[in-house]
Amino acid sequence: MKKILFGLLVIAGLLSNQLALAAADLELNTPAISALKGSMQQRHGQLAGFYASGAVGLTRDGLIAVKEASAVALKDRQSLNSLVASENNDRNALYKEIAIANGHAEWEAEIRSTFAQRWVQKAQSGWWYQDANGWAKR
Amino acid sequence: MKFSLKSSVKNGLAVMALALVLPACVTINIYFPAAAAEKAADKLIDDIWQLKNSEKANPAEPVPVSPAK
Repeated sequence: MKKILFGLLVIAGLLSNQLALAAADLELNTPAISALKGSMQQRHGQLAGFYASGAVGLTRDGLIAVKEASAVALKDRQSLNSLVASENNDRNALYKEIAIANGHAEWEAEIRSTFAQRWVQKAQSGWWYQDANGWAKR
Repeated sequence: MKFSLKSSVKNGLAVMALALVLPACVTINIYFPAAAAEKAADKLIDDIWQLKNSEKANPAEPVPVSPAK
């Protein structure tokens, strides 16, 4: 009985090592993540100019927001708003899908905050981002 | 006497094994792989903002894209 128990424990130990190894890289290769990535990649062509002009900035929660609507012609503001809303939908979905793809839906918030930091780190100089004190410029 | 000593050694081993293995299992369930997440974020952001190509081609100024007007 003890031997069987011990054997089971050893197997459990080996399996948990496997899991730890598998966790070395996050799974990103799912249809949902690929689709979101493609859609965001395409939208970035439209957003890049708005980041540069300061019309749009990166928020602390891994999303984007209209920072300076006056940088955009009045007639274009509605389309800017919907562009920002679509991007945020994709970003929210992306964080959720990464968490789900890795079997830990509860990781969503941590994935979001990781992205929030990395978006800012990788932003080009002149782009705006939010920190604890409000808007700041890269 | 001899038997009970042996079984208590076995018990001890089983407890030790449990003590080693159980925290490992718990750790895997609650542990957030921060480094892996950062790597994953970097990879996706590079793809979405197309940083890898533009950095290699022109590190200072990536291809400007005008906003849709």
